[in-house]
Amino acid sequence: MHDKIISLDNATKRFSLPEGGKINALDAIDLEVSRNEFLTLLGPSGCGKTTLLHVISGFVQLDEGQILIDGVDMGETPPHNRPVNTVFQNYALFPHMSVGENVGYALEIAHTPKPERIKRVGEALELVGLGGYADRMPRQLSGGQQQRVALARAIIARPKLLLLDEPLSALDRNLRQSMQIELKNLQAELGISFIFVTHDQEEALTMSNRVAVLNGGVIQQIDTPLNTYNYPANSFVASFVGASNLFEGKASRDGERIHIATEHNEVIEARARKDQHINGGKVTAMLRPEQFSLADGDENRAEIDVTIDQIVFLGSAYELLGKTTGGSEIKAIISAARQSRLAEVERTKTARLSYDPNAVHLIPGTGDVQ
Amino acid sequence: MKGLSQSNRQRAQLSLLLGPVTIFLAIFFFTPLLIMLIYSFLMPGLYGGVEWIFYPHNYGRILGFADPTFEFFDPVYIQIFLRSLRIAATTVIITLLVCYPAAFQISRLKENWKNFSLFLIALPFFASLIVRLFIWVLILKKTGFINSTLMSLGIISEPLDMIYTEGATILGMVYIFIPFMFLPLYASVEKLDWTLVKASQDLGANGFQTFFRVILPLTMPGIIGGSILVFIPTLGNFVVPTVLGGAKVLMLGNLIEQQFLSARNWPFGAALSMLVMTGVLVMLFIYIRSETKDGDQSPATK
Ligand SMILES: Nc1ncnc2c1ncn2[C@@H]1O[C@H](COP(=O)(O)OP(=O)(O)OP(=O)(O)O)[C@@H](O)[C@H]1O
Ligand SMILES: [Mg+2]
Repeated sequence: MHDKIISLDNATKRFSLPEGGKINALDAIDLEVSRNEFLTLLGPSGCGKTTLLHVISGFVQLDEGQILIDGVDMGETPPHNRPVNTVFQNYALFPHMSVGENVGYALEIAHTPKPERIKRVGEALELVGLGGYADRMPRQLSGGQQQRVALARAIIARPKLLLLDEPLSALDRNLRQSMQIELKNLQAELGISFIFVTHDQEEALTMSNRVAVLNGGVIQQIDTPLNTYNYPANSFVASFVGASNLFEGKASRDGERIHIATEHNEVIEARARKDQHINGGKVTAMLRPEQFSLADGDENRAEIDVTIDQIVFLGSAYELLGKTTGGSEIKAIISAARQSRLAEVERTKTARLSYDPNAVHLIPGTGDVQ
Repeated sequence: MKGLSQSNRQRAQLSLLLGPVTIFLAIFFFTPLLIMLIYSFLMPGLYGGVEWIFYPHNYGRILGFADPTFEFFDPVYIQIFLRSLRIAATTVIITLLVCYPAAFQISRLKENWKNFSLFLIALPFFASLIVRLFIWVLILKKTGFINSTLMSLGIISEPLDMIYTEGATILGMVYIFIPFMFLPLYASVEKLDWTLVKASQDLGANGFQTFFRVILPLTMPGIIGGSILVFIPTLGNFVVPTVLGGAKVLMLGNLIEQQFLSARNWPFGAALSMLVMTGVLVMLFIYIRSETKDGDQSPATK
């Protein structure tokens, strides 16, 4: 038994483009996944998520670097000899086989005796809530059911690691949410590690133990969902994971207080955190929309004036879209409980927003923060 | 309600549109067929033409119950039948073995190379069949290209017997019918979903297992379609055996042609044609049955 189910070391993959030149689909990726961990790969389209999965499942060979699965170097090991199974984005169910044959495929290939095969197919289908569907053909199932069949097929051989490439992206919102919970439960029940790919940040935050944010073939940050959201490592992560207001500017320090002066002449107030040493220079201050509220004279909160362009009703809250006096875009989410003051904002098209300087997250700009 | 009446109107319009075609087909396709069927049961006249008497022995001559008064059962017809089947089957197998890998190769080319290859495959259709076959005569005959080259190189001293053999006939058939195999094969290979191949490998199947369990079954419609499209015209073809098979390789097509054009025994020719057609129809029927059986599983079967 090895502590890490998978470890990638300096994994690099380049594709040559038809129009000439090369693209770094994966650029020096270091990644470790522990036993029984649910890791989400999050990133925009084309950032290399599928390529990374293919490197692990063996469909793509690395140009540089190393991949160990359960401590064993996978080097040239072909896909069919790797202890890894995949749930493909479009399900990839074999259309000419029944549900039962699909699910039992891995066992049949491994020459598992028929009685045991039938038993385990039944169990796997039970597990995904499709008991009694074994004789159906895939095309007679709904999208969500096909999804479950793909899942049952991928877990039946008890892989050490399950790879899921955007398995929920084709489902509607409600089904997606219930499948998210089911997947999470299933992972706990099976006790195998999952690497789950998505470009939906909400999905990533709900489901995983850790989130790896990928962009341009580079891992931007690997951390718990909470830390990824609250303390993004750079402005890409800040804007990709959740909505954010980013203020780039020069920091100046005055005791505990830090002031960030932007090009647009706004000044954002923040507090120094113990783990950060900021003495000046370029930084980016991040404020989540929900960190704003309408100013009510509280001395502990910093304030900023904005002109409001649009107010969007979200149900439990209102979203205010506007600009600072300096011209930076601002997005704020205000609880719908503040109805009367919101009416005033709507009338005057201006608002004074306040925020807690302690909650402002500072992202190092040019290396002045260590 | 509105939708229903609209679909009724559409149906009426459709039958109006299809009507003339249907009538045309009925007249120019089924009528000759019916005439052939009737002729095949009539007695051949002494100097061509027919006597209007019911006469089952046209079939008897082929199948073994010849007219005892002046015909003999001659196993040569069954031999020709079998030879034709053998040549057609061999042609199917060879074209399949050539086209199947080629279809995969071409389907993985870049778009413009793909189109160019398809154009090359269709190119022979632009030249006359007879001309293309006579080129093979020039290549294969005793003083032809291959023999003269091999002899001038001193590899052989006597010319090889290549032309006027069953082999030459098969070669000609393969040459002519290869596009008929390639195009349906290509169509099914082209739409093969490669993630299914990946899924199979991912689930532990090696290349061999993946081929037999996933790739082959999924491209089977193309294989069967191509085989039918090659088998049927090969069976009835008489130009290739005439040009490349000579007198020795007589096929069903030649036999039928002879009965109609030289022997002027139309009823016997008609009986031969009917037998060939029945055979082909039975095969097609079996194929269609096997197709619909696994294509038609209703959800109710669970
Ligand atoms: N076989 C290939 N040849 C050339 N370039 C490729 C190949 N496969 C992927 N790429 C490129 O590598 C980059 C990463 O692709 P990848 O499929 O991993 O993206 P992804 O993150 O999965 O995107 P998506 O969310 O759209 O699925 C892309 O720029 C893509 O164009
Ligand atoms: Mg992808």
